[in-house]
Amino acid sequence: MASFIQLLVSGLATGAIYALIAIGFTLLWQTSQTINFAQGEFVMLPAFFVLTAMNLGAPYWLAALIGIALAVVILGVLFKAIIVDPMIKHGVLPLVITTIALSLFLKESVKDFYSSQAQPFPALVAPRDLHFLGAVVSLQSVVVLAVAVASVIALHLLLNKTRLGRCMQATAQNPTVARILGIPVGRMVLYTFLINGVLVAIASLLISPIYLAKFTNGETLGMAAFIAAIIGGFNQVRGAILGGIILGVLDNLSAAYLSSSYRGAFPLLILIVVILFRPQGLLGRAEERAV
Amino acid sequence: MNRFGLLTVAVAAVAAIVLPFLLKPFGIYLISMWVVLTIAAIGLNLTLGYAGQVSMAQGAFVGIGAYAVALLTAAGWPFFPAFVIAGLLCFAIGWLLGYPALRVQHHYLAFVTLAFNTLVFLVLRNEEWLTNGTYGIAGTERPHLFGLSTDGARAFYFFCLGMLVLLAAATWWMLRSPWGRAFVALRENPIRALSLGLDTRRYTLMAFALGSTLGGLAGGLYAPLVQFIEPNSFSLNMSFNLLLMVIVGGSGRFFGPFVGALIAVLLPEWMRIAEGYYLIIYAMLVMILMVFCPTGVLGLVEKLFKPKKPPAAAAAPTLKAEATSR
Repeated sequence: MASFIQLLVSGLATGAIYALIAIGFTLLWQTSQTINFAQGEFVMLPAFFVLTAMNLGAPYWLAALIGIALAVVILGVLFKAIIVDPMIKHGVLPLVITTIALSLFLKESVKDFYSSQAQPFPALVAPRDLHFLGAVVSLQSVVVLAVAVASVIALHLLLNKTRLGRCMQATAQNPTVARILGIPVGRMVLYTFLINGVLVAIASLLISPIYLAKFTNGETLGMAAFIAAIIGGFNQVRGAILGGIILGVLDNLSAAYLSSSYRGAFPLLILIVVILFRPQGLLGRAEERAV
Repeated sequence: MNRFGLLTVAVAAVAAIVLPFLLKPFGIYLISMWVVLTIAAIGLNLTLGYAGQVSMAQGAFVGIGAYAVALLTAAGWPFFPAFVIAGLLCFAIGWLLGYPALRVQHHYLAFVTLAFNTLVFLVLRNEEWLTNGTYGIAGTERPHLFGLSTDGARAFYFFCLGMLVLLAAATWWMLRSPWGRAFVALRENPIRALSLGLDTRRYTLMAFALGSTLGGLAGGLYAPLVQFIEPNSFSLNMSFNLLLMVIVGGSGRFFGPFVGALIAVLLPEWMRIAEGYYLIIYAMLVMILMVFCPTGVLGLVEKLFKPKKPPAAAAAPTLKAEATSR
């Protein structure tokens, strides 16, 4: 039981990070039909922004801010302006190819210009164990969970309680009507790219201390985010959250209790079952599209 | 096809025959790889380009075919029966993979096939009793043809080239048969196709099965060509690469996979002059190409050589545009 709680908490922590990545992924899909196959590399990259800033002498908090800012500019604004905007009118597939090429580009760039070795990455808190109901839970997992939950709540408030968020939802649901109602649709789409930049940067700060910062990190993370997004429902933020959590917990529990060599297979089997029997996802609705 | 197209194909054919006599062994290996991957890409082009069913699992079928041939020949089978079995096996599995396509479309289908690819990879890696796991299988025998051995690099290249011509001709013929028309109808407007009495269900499954068969046959040539197969060769990267070939070459165009495979196999090698940065430059070139011509290289060529057509027809390869261009 104690080890179960331990696995559950660390699973929730990983799942919360997956959820952050998956939310950004679904946001881009909803507002611009971009399936971003480089999303995993988007998470890998900000860690290296932070490390570079720290190598130049910045303290951790400043480096983290610089990392988030660079992620917003490069992975948000530039990604949209240089790659998505020229291609979006030609359908989904060329854009898919381009993001695959982009993921290769980012991976190889980090490998060649920074290092091919895994880099230690500073954690938010010093490693310490908490004792809870007889189980030993690492403080880091709890902090990761807290930061991820805070980010999701902030995003939820932004999307549902502000005028800006309502405009973004309208854009996602029906761009034509949104434009008729006077919403600057182009700017709203841009905002979702900026939000994605912030989300991947936060995810990067949370996950890099656990996995170490390495150029290949994006491969598993990107895949996890896709699966989470689809399991939960492509068209709902809370679907992406549910999907991420299911995936993180399941991954930890199945590796411990079922088979570790096939741990990668369980999420995929769930994915196939969900797609076949509930293609809109667990929480998604078939017709409606909401941010 | 117009005169310019015929001329290009003729020049390419002469080059394909003369080139192996001019190249060093590694060069021959590369063009053999081009031939093998072109076969797999033709299969994907059939599924994706003509029938419009997004598949990200073509690499898995290349893997299944490669393992089938490698295991059967290692068990003492001659090459050709093993090769046929590889094709049939992929036909059957491809048919089954088609069933999800009856329920879901577009990006969902992409993700189902992507998940299938990863599952195949995991099975290849973990079932060591069958596949030898990450140690892989080395030394698959090359076939004998009419008493002639194809052990030499050049001889095997010509064997592969012959297979490519054979399979490409069969595909060409099929695309001009009512089946091919049915596939395009499926891509353009499935509901209308259904209302005209087409059995869309059967054709969807058939599109997957035939495309997968070509993937499996390519795998059957891949194992004896590379002489060493391991699960990592058939991970998602292979499928992405094949998808890239089809899209970059020009999806839904018969010669698209030929051009795409040429780019995907040879361009990274040419870029090696840039040493460690060659993959970066390759990725950049692909992005630039896609941004400026999303219909692929052949789409660009078409645009350059047919300026008289209204741009709308050139931008989207619709059924109507294809019918008028014949």
